[in-house]
Amino acid sequence: MNNFKVLMNGIIKENPTFVLLLGMCPTLGTTSSAINGMSMGLATMFVLILSNLVISLIKNLIPDMVRIPSFIVVIASFVTLLQMLMQAYLPDIYATLGLFIPLIVVNCIILGRAEAFAAKNGPVASIFDGIGMGLGFTIALTLLGAVREILGTGKLFGFTLMPEEYGMLVFVLAPGAFIALGYLIAIVNKLRSN
Amino acid sequence: MEYLLIFITAIFVNNVVFSQFLGICPFLGVSKKVETAAGMGAAVAFVLTIATIVTYLIQKYVLDANGLGYLQTITFILVIAALVQMVEIVLKKVSPALYQALGVFLPLITTNCCILGVAILVIQKQYDLLTGVVYAFSTALGFALALIVFAGIREQLSLVNVPKGMQGMSIALVVAGLLAMAFMGFSGVDGGLSVLFGLK
Repeated sequence: MNNFKVLMNGIIKENPTFVLLLGMCPTLGTTSSAINGMSMGLATMFVLILSNLVISLIKNLIPDMVRIPSFIVVIASFVTLLQMLMQAYLPDIYATLGLFIPLIVVNCIILGRAEAFAAKNGPVASIFDGIGMGLGFTIALTLLGAVREILGTGKLFGFTLMPEEYGMLVFVLAPGAFIALGYLIAIVNKLRSN
Repeated sequence: MEYLLIFITAIFVNNVVFSQFLGICPFLGVSKKVETAAGMGAAVAFVLTIATIVTYLIQKYVLDANGLGYLQTITFILVIAALVQMVEIVLKKVSPALYQALGVFLPLITTNCCILGVAILVIQKQYDLLTGVVYAFSTALGFALALIVFAGIREQLSLVNVPKGMQGMSIALVVAGLLAMAFMGFSGVDGGLSVLFGLK
């Protein structure tokens, strides 16, 4: 029951994108379509779960003074692993997400969860926190990607919902990312205040 | 002329914040006042240029020379983290005035993704060292420009009456979107300039 609470905390109460406003670069940079947003979210979740698990296991072995550098090494190792796996099995998605895959290292969500949760809790709870936060991030990115894809091209996950001529191309381009996210946060604020 | 083209392209056409989405966290976080925005911009310009030189040399003479290219991500992030610490210590000793101005921002820079991003981009684009440095410095100037302009608007924004749900980050993001739209006006300038300079 407790683990379930940890899981839901990441998805709703402390949603990393809409509430904590962390990890903005991949949020804006990779959500030109729903599928891209989802791939980025899942890639981040992969690193987040594994780094949370490992850090919660080794937390007692690390001297306090070198805590942050050690966490960064753990995270960077999993990112490198992810890079190699994606290059081997998902080369198309790897090419689309490009620079943002190595940049998962500097995603504040991952270091933030390592410091705020995994360094204080056991491995099982940390895995659940990783899944919760990862899902929260994935849902937010997929949602933002979906909104931009529908408004920009009239499609959703590649399926046509309305004729492409009706789309506002600006939502697929850079300005649309900022504006769509701004309004989504406003909607979430409104829902939370009720 | 080639360097001038890179300079203009990196600042206006492919602005690091508005078209490449790097360094968004400090862009949104440290942009409430023009003064702090200018300080952050200067600190990023300083560290980014040094970091690019160091990571370039490490990639070329340590990683590539030993066939260790796959260690790029781990090496770069550790080098950047160590470098930021070192810059902080050296600045404190050598130039207390500069340290006073930039000191607060230096620790924040390690997690600024535009440092790691530009370091990797310079390698990916296969620039030589001088081109890489010009690229890094102009990218940092583009970042500073975006940050200062945005901070100026946000200072004015705090005086107006914003609907309740839109307050804070929400309206800031919409403003950033409008700024990005303004910067889109520069697209195509790089192509025109390269013809003008006779590079194509």
